[in-house]
Amino acid sequence: MTVNNKHTRILIFLVCIILGFMITMQLKSHNQHQTIAAQRAEELTVRLKEVQADRDKLAKELDEYRAGRISGAAQKEMDELKARAGETELEGKGIIFTLDDSKQAAKAGENKNLYIIHDEDLLRVVNELRSAGAEAISLNGQRLIGSSEIRCVGPTVLVNERRLAAPFVISAIGNPQTLESSLKLRGGVIENFKFWGIKADVVQSDQVRVPAFKGNRTFEFAKMVNEDEKKEEKKEAVQTAENKKETAGNTKTADNKAVADAGREKPADQQKNAGGSAK
Amino acid sequence: MIYAVIGLIFGIIGGILTPGFVPKIYAPYFSVALMAGLDTAFGGLRAAMEGDYDNVVFLSGFFVNIVISVFFCYAGIMMDIDFYLIVILVLGMRIFNNVAIIRRLYLKK
Repeated sequence: MTVNNKHTRILIFLVCIILGFMITMQLKSHNQHQTIAAQRAEELTVRLKEVQADRDKLAKELDEYRAGRISGAAQKEMDELKARAGETELEGKGIIFTLDDSKQAAKAGENKNLYIIHDEDLLRVVNELRSAGAEAISLNGQRLIGSSEIRCVGPTVLVNERRLAAPFVISAIGNPQTLESSLKLRGGVIENFKFWGIKADVVQSDQVRVPAFKGNRTFEFAKMVNEDEKKEEKKEAVQTAENKKETAGNTKTADNKAVADAGREKPADQQKNAGGSAK
Repeated sequence: MIYAVIGLIFGIIGGILTPGFVPKIYAPYFSVALMAGLDTAFGGLRAAMEGDYDNVVFLSGFFVNIVISVFFCYAGIMMDIDFYLIVILVLGMRIFNNVAIIRRLYLKK
């Protein structure tokens, strides 16, 4: 080398540092740009796969819905609602309550009707069980749901549009202790039955089976109310008021009917007074 | 010569240690600047071998070349013409030229 003075060396040194720096940066940037592109492509590929999987899943779900089947959470919810609505057979701890007509002979001049089981007796029992927290009740294999009726039809009782006759077996799922004691309350249903010689016995069981509701229920008059239609509720409220008047009228007739059974009702009333605080 | 090599090594290490990279928008400017720098370096090497090396010429050449090439590149991008290709082409030719002369001078020794 011809050039050897101090300034030149330092100068060349600095220039070479700058050059080296630039070369490295250029290479690095180039790689970086490439990797960024590659990363982006990779990301997009992953995303594409995810979206495709999502799409397939949704398509499958849609097919299932179309096929009338529901999966996952909706299925669970539906199962629960079915169970609540009485669409499924239930099993669990509870009691079996058997009622049979009285074998006592009616005394002369006494109403024979007093010694047999009436719809009201059954209603009282069912009501008592419900208030004691029964989760599912069946009467002679008929599941009692919200719309189930218990009504006298001649010598039989109509439940879920089916005629039932004594003996009546009421199965109820719930806390056995609570259910039993609710029936055996002082002045409660069983004491009332005993008075007339009606056979009533409660058996606690670990495996009470309550069958599913088998009747049909379709809405003929009722319609679902949407949120938008809530404005119309005022009209309905008026209607309800009218209905109430009607119901009041019905109660009166029922009272008249009850007068016929007055002979039997009296002791029951007394007992009611005894356990009046319960009411 | 040893100073040049050491300087390069230092520069490379510095470049590796520097975080970040040149954003993609400035990539053309940077590549052109690098070419200009390389051209000047080879020109300086050739001048040194020919015996008419001058500090001022070398240093001014280094920076002025970089600035002019970057400016060309910028103007090209402004006018939507790929000027930086021309700059790189010319600088590349010059580098080849210089290297050829350096090679011959080296062989003559």
